[in-house]
Amino acid sequence: MDNSPSADDAPTSADAPQPAATGSGLADPALHLDTPTRAGRREIPEQPKDPVMLLRDVAVYYGGFRAVKDVNLDFGRREITALIGPSGCGKSTVLRCLNRMNDLVRGARVAGSITYHDQDLYGPKVDPIVVRRSIGMVFQKPNPFPKSIYDNIAYGPRVTGMKPGSMDELVEQALRGAALWDEVKDKLKQNAYSLSGGQQQRLCIARCIAVNPDVILMDEPCSALDPIATARIEDLMIELADRYTIIIVTHNMQQAARVADRTAFFTAEADATTGERTGLLVEYDRTGAMFHNPRDRRTEDYISGRFG
Amino acid sequence: MTRAESTAAGGVAAGSVSLRRPRPRYGEAVIRGALFAAALLSVATTVGIVVALIVPTVEFFAEVSVLDFLTGTEWAPLFARPKFGVLPLLVGTLVVTVVALIVAIPLGLGAATFLSEYATDRVRRVLKPVLEVLAGIPTVVYGFFALTFVTPLLQDIWLFGDPPEGFNALSAGIVMGIMIVPTVASLSEDAMSAVPADLKAGGYALGSSKRQVATRVTFPAALSGIVAAIVLAISRAVGETMIVLVAAGGTPNLSADPREAMQTMTAFIGAAGIGDQPVGSIGYKTIFAVGSLLFVITLVMNAVSIRLVRKFREVYE
Repeated sequence: MDNSPSADDAPTSADAPQPAATGSGLADPALHLDTPTRAGRREIPEQPKDPVMLLRDVAVYYGGFRAVKDVNLDFGRREITALIGPSGCGKSTVLRCLNRMNDLVRGARVAGSITYHDQDLYGPKVDPIVVRRSIGMVFQKPNPFPKSIYDNIAYGPRVTGMKPGSMDELVEQALRGAALWDEVKDKLKQNAYSLSGGQQQRLCIARCIAVNPDVILMDEPCSALDPIATARIEDLMIELADRYTIIIVTHNMQQAARVADRTAFFTAEADATTGERTGLLVEYDRTGAMFHNPRDRRTEDYISGRFG
Repeated sequence: MTRAESTAAGGVAAGSVSLRRPRPRYGEAVIRGALFAAALLSVATTVGIVVALIVPTVEFFAEVSVLDFLTGTEWAPLFARPKFGVLPLLVGTLVVTVVALIVAIPLGLGAATFLSEYATDRVRRVLKPVLEVLAGIPTVVYGFFALTFVTPLLQDIWLFGDPPEGFNALSAGIVMGIMIVPTVASLSEDAMSAVPADLKAGGYALGSSKRQVATRVTFPAALSGIVAAIVLAISRAVGETMIVLVAAGGTPNLSADPREAMQTMTAFIGAAGIGDQPVGSIGYKTIFAVGSLLFVITLVMNAVSIRLVRKFREVYE
């Protein structure tokens, strides 16, 4: 609500053509000059101050296959960081390492170090269940539980043993936080699947913030939504960044430009001998700088649509 | 046809293209007819069974009042002075079924949860077929297993009060429960595995443990399949004949004590059917009356469970 101009942007961004999955991109990077960005609205330090998470030489393996390598990133507190790049570049893989969701994939292994508030996220005594309570996640396809809207929000507080003074109040706050309260306040007992796709995704965001996380990971949260629903989620992200650290994977470069303070560009390269494609981090910078003056040729090619 | 022809005529020189079928497809009609006959046959069989049940049942109730049948506490239809109170058979069926479900539901759901939520793919690939082999064992074998292994075992290890009799409802019920475990486990596992991985991931991402995801996400989402599995299990328990015939004894007994010998409805039908009941005799008609009761009970139970499932299941998508 502090970012009231964003509401005015919504029609603009909704009308803008959405690039295809692997980014047919924009013919001219200068187009971004017209797009008001969050980065343009507030001061972003050159380096993330007080970073929440540090990734050092991170590589992820699935069995013997190395999916991504050489990832070094600092995620700034209460910033929005976008991970972009073509399909198969490992951006989602990296995201799922950040709350140890990759533990659920058999054979997945993380090398290098991921530090969260000065603790090794993959340390021997770290419980992934506790990790996920402070690092929440929103998925590509809205995945509400087949329960009532109310029970969807109350699920997290219940399983994590939170003892709120009033569950009703907590549910209301979470729904207000996700800008969904006014639309659903009269039908909290209805099944979550009665909502539209965009509402379902905001419900998933509400469900996530109900457990009061520190970081919210979003894995292409708008890829299953229409442009209007996308615009609402983007506005919401910008609001949420006042309280939460947000890391978003997106294949939509305009989306990264609109919401992200910083952007990390990944790409995939084939090994000269084995031909195995491994993702790697190419460039990480403030979003404005990245889109206007990419330092790396590969970034420039991608954002100008010459490759992807 | 006309439309196809006119389209063809419009596009190409008239008459040069024919969109007609070159010759009739008789094969298609034959296959269609054969498949319809197959479908009809199973329906016709069901109807035939119902009719075959109804006729002698109606004749039976011409001689015995429905009230006496349903409320009488003594069952001795083949005696010189016959008694037609079906309650002992009904209670016998109930006791054995309850014992079987007490065994089958926890074991079956436990196995299903393990297979779908905890087991690795390799373990599941080995364990599930092995479990399903249990369903292939002939029930008469289960019956003798109950009589010659489970009953003596129960008698040896019995701690409280009198041990079970040589023929008893308890061992028949336990073994019947073991027989049903694969049905419950396999169908429930199918239902739980069909719950989208997305939903489970949503649970994990909110900081749930495996147990919480299994009980609060997977289980409720799979409820309709699980209830269907349990209903099928109940139907099999109520309808099971051989185990009770061999191990539960042949004496109608109005008692809720599973240590005693009992006769179930199916066991009566089996036992009376083996003996010589002249067609048209009251003993003959009794078999059909009990059969009809069994049929009605199963039907009502299925109808009730379908309603329950509709009310409580969680529909995703």
